[in-house]
Amino acid sequence: MRYLPLTPDDRAEMLGVIGAATIDDLFRDVPEAARPADLFDLPLHAGELEVERELSALSAKNRAAGAGPFFLGAGAYKHHVPATVDHIIQRSEFLTSYTPYQPEIAQGTLQVLFEFQTQVAALTGLDVANASMYDGSTATAEAVMMAQRVTRREKAVLSGGLHPHYASTTQTIAHAEGMEIVRLPAAVDAEAAVIEAIDAETACVVVQTPNVFGVVTDVSKIAEAAHAAGALLIVVTTEAVSYGLMKSPGAMGADIAVAEGQSIGNALNFGGPYVGLFACREKLVRQMPGRLCGETVDAEGRRGYVLTLSTREQHIRREKATSNICTNSGLCALAFSIHLSLLGGAGLSQLARVNHSRARELRDALAGVAGVEVLTPRFFNELAIKTSVPAAQLADELAAEGILAGVPFSRLDPAGGMDDVLLVCATETNTSQDIAALAAALSRKLAR
Amino acid sequence: MSMLNVGRPTRPDTAGESTGHASLSGGRALLQDEGLLFEVGGWEKTGVDLDETPGFDESDLGGLVRDDLRLPGLSEPEAVRHYVRLSQKNHAIDLALYPLGSCTMKHNPRLNEKMARLPGFADLHPLQPTSTTQGALELMDRLAHWLKTLTGMPAVALTPKAGAHGELCGLLAIKAAHEAAGQGHRRRVLVPTSAHGTNPATAAFVGYSVTEIAQTDDGRVDLSDLAAKLSDDVAAIMVTNPNTCGLFERDILEISRLTHEAGAYFYCDGANFNAIVGRVRPGDLGVDAMHINLHKTFSTPHGGGGPGAGPVVLSQALAAFAPAPWVVHDGEGLRLEEETAGEAAQAFGRMSAFHGQMGMFVRAYAYMRSHGADGLRQVAEDAVLNANYLKARLSVAMSPAFPEGPCMHEALFDDSWLEGTGITTLDFAKAMIDEGFHPMTMYFPLVVHGAMLIEPTETESKQELDRFVHALLGLAEAAKAGDVERFKGAPFLAPLRRLDETQAARKPKLTWRPEPTGVAPAPLAAE
Repeated sequence: MRYLPLTPDDRAEMLGVIGAATIDDLFRDVPEAARPADLFDLPLHAGELEVERELSALSAKNRAAGAGPFFLGAGAYKHHVPATVDHIIQRSEFLTSYTPYQPEIAQGTLQVLFEFQTQVAALTGLDVANASMYDGSTATAEAVMMAQRVTRREKAVLSGGLHPHYASTTQTIAHAEGMEIVRLPAAVDAEAAVIEAIDAETACVVVQTPNVFGVVTDVSKIAEAAHAAGALLIVVTTEAVSYGLMKSPGAMGADIAVAEGQSIGNALNFGGPYVGLFACREKLVRQMPGRLCGETVDAEGRRGYVLTLSTREQHIRREKATSNICTNSGLCALAFSIHLSLLGGAGLSQLARVNHSRARELRDALAGVAGVEVLTPRFFNELAIKTSVPAAQLADELAAEGILAGVPFSRLDPAGGMDDVLLVCATETNTSQDIAALAAALSRKLAR
Repeated sequence: MSMLNVGRPTRPDTAGESTGHASLSGGRALLQDEGLLFEVGGWEKTGVDLDETPGFDESDLGGLVRDDLRLPGLSEPEAVRHYVRLSQKNHAIDLALYPLGSCTMKHNPRLNEKMARLPGFADLHPLQPTSTTQGALELMDRLAHWLKTLTGMPAVALTPKAGAHGELCGLLAIKAAHEAAGQGHRRRVLVPTSAHGTNPATAAFVGYSVTEIAQTDDGRVDLSDLAAKLSDDVAAIMVTNPNTCGLFERDILEISRLTHEAGAYFYCDGANFNAIVGRVRPGDLGVDAMHINLHKTFSTPHGGGGPGAGPVVLSQALAAFAPAPWVVHDGEGLRLEEETAGEAAQAFGRMSAFHGQMGMFVRAYAYMRSHGADGLRQVAEDAVLNANYLKARLSVAMSPAFPEGPCMHEALFDDSWLEGTGITTLDFAKAMIDEGFHPMTMYFPLVVHGAMLIEPTETESKQELDRFVHALLGLAEAAKAGDVERFKGAPFLAPLRRLDETQAARKPKLTWRPEPTGVAPAPLAAE
């Protein structure tokens, strides 16, 4: 039991100091009926080697994304993360510290959060950002509820281009709060349709760009329509690398921008932990959920950072809080911030250009395959393609051949009526050989 | 003037004031001064070598290319220094006892970190065909088995991303169950006055109103007040057990009986599960739903505020309402039930985009396997032993809030022992910083005046506990001897003195912005 420092002698001596005869004396408030004498029916303790063997065997049963040609996106992206990032986030002082409630001995974490907030505000083109949310989907739900607080209206309109799992998460969480969620039908170029759905009851419209089908959209017109009706525009982005190239949500009139930040600094991790980005206009900041770090001075006038505006939060406001959130995604936010510091604005722009170039190469290769129709007209690094056989079947068959070809849209939305749509993605990690291998495999499958 | 002071109010000549000796650089020996990224970085600099894109074609971008992105970059050596210098301004569990009550700051085993980085877990996309993720699903299934066995509960929802998210999941399952039973009119939740802030916040979040339950003089739920407030509009009670005073609810079986008789569900806040893991099963106490903070009891690192993970175990009555997705066995292996349709039609929805905090699942599972059934039981016993040891030794100078009987995994003190000294709980906590310890949880729970909640956890040695006791008793003696200065100005020896939180909130400065001239600071270093 290598994680337990007390020796039997320590325990005996400590019981003596306490004045207890046995350890059971300390558990005497537990009802007798709920104190089983036997150990629970689970294996006994195991050494490092044994645990490592078991987990390595489980890991080996999975096909890692890096094991071959890989084209999945749809909310989680395979990017190269510099080795420095994972090294720094494992430093004891970042890895094993708590939420920075004692600012005098947490300036490391606090300054990182202040830098992170500034980076996120710059990426999204908005004034302020919080210190992170759980992930992009829960950040979307929180943004919708924030719009309810700001506008005192109950209806949210979700675009048909919003990631279906984001829409379901928002529906589950915001509906519980009593909001009416209008989810428009899934469609590749769905964004313009939201304008017609805005009315005087609408608290917000939620639009994703690049959307789940990869389409990039100028949302300025939607912003105008939303604002004319007194509603807020929430812009969602699942691929944060796109901020390096695409016009920012703020520049197109968004009031709130939320994003999945996994792409920058964080591994795929089978879906989590990820890091939600959340930014808004300055005038809305007091309705914002989550933690905020702000600049101040210490007793000697030196610059320092603290968690601030905590009167919005659950530990102060309890049932009147803006959100119930407590833990956020601190270490993932740190990874994001380190990677982005290494990239800089210039590096992120170039990374985005490389991604788009690879996606163009992918588009050109797939457009030449008989039985494939490229559906996405304008894109960053993702595309929707229509295939002449069901996409789920195709993805399974290609996986058996060692090619992870994409995400069948039916996996995200089985009732969406798009069983023949496959979502594919290219990043800087895809080589020309990968792309050629996918195109060749598709030609073979679709030709039969 | 030092370059690192561009745009900064730092006065290097005062940085060492409290020690009577000032450095010229603003740093102090091993502790370096470090500016903001926006001051030390270069606006055109990058620390990543990327492919070039000659003749880049913008024609597929819909005319939406931005030209306003300005973010500083750092070369690799500069980045390493920037973050290493910042890291040294943090307290950490790896450095010393971190006795934050209710937070369970225990050692984070490094094996867990290594396992979470195996390519089959870290480099795995959540939407790969399940034929290529069988090992990941098996790990989730084994984790679920351990959690269910340890809690004596039949079902678990793995997807909640943190404790508060788990509370939300539990209450949504309760709400769905009531609605399915035609009991949708139940919209009130009973919460003890000592509860975590997330409890009432979560109840309000799902549209429930909150009624507080009184506490007895010995720090437990007042049964008669509970009985009086239980009625046919109550959806659930939310009780933390062991509670936030560090005490086991002796009448827990009566609490669950009364709750169920009134047609309500029993939500247990599992934040303090570390005190009973391996020894007591919440299922035996009548609990219907409980979140488990993997970042507390099961040792996944807190990471400066997350990520956490908050799986929720559910009773038979609530199991059918668990959110998607979950792992199911079919003939060929394991698959994910991702949609709330068909057999899963009662599921209340979805908590987040994918399948939960897989990286935390791997760490927590590695921890459970390492400890085993016997080790986990020892975890609870040592956690409780350590807390009672601190309570016994500190009680000679400090006033325990509930002196009678043992505490569980944390010891609660009030501030009555500081009466007449002019020193507050906050002052005392800040003086602990100078002694090299992180303060305990302060002013929580709200039911105890000037509360000091100390949770040592089981991963502290007796030596470290004795070192902590020595420091606290020394401070207590100084406080009683009238050495007010030691407390009022504290901390003196930390990287910064007390921060002005009022100023921070009055005119919030939440992002770095260029100086008002609109001109960014001059490029630094070699540019």
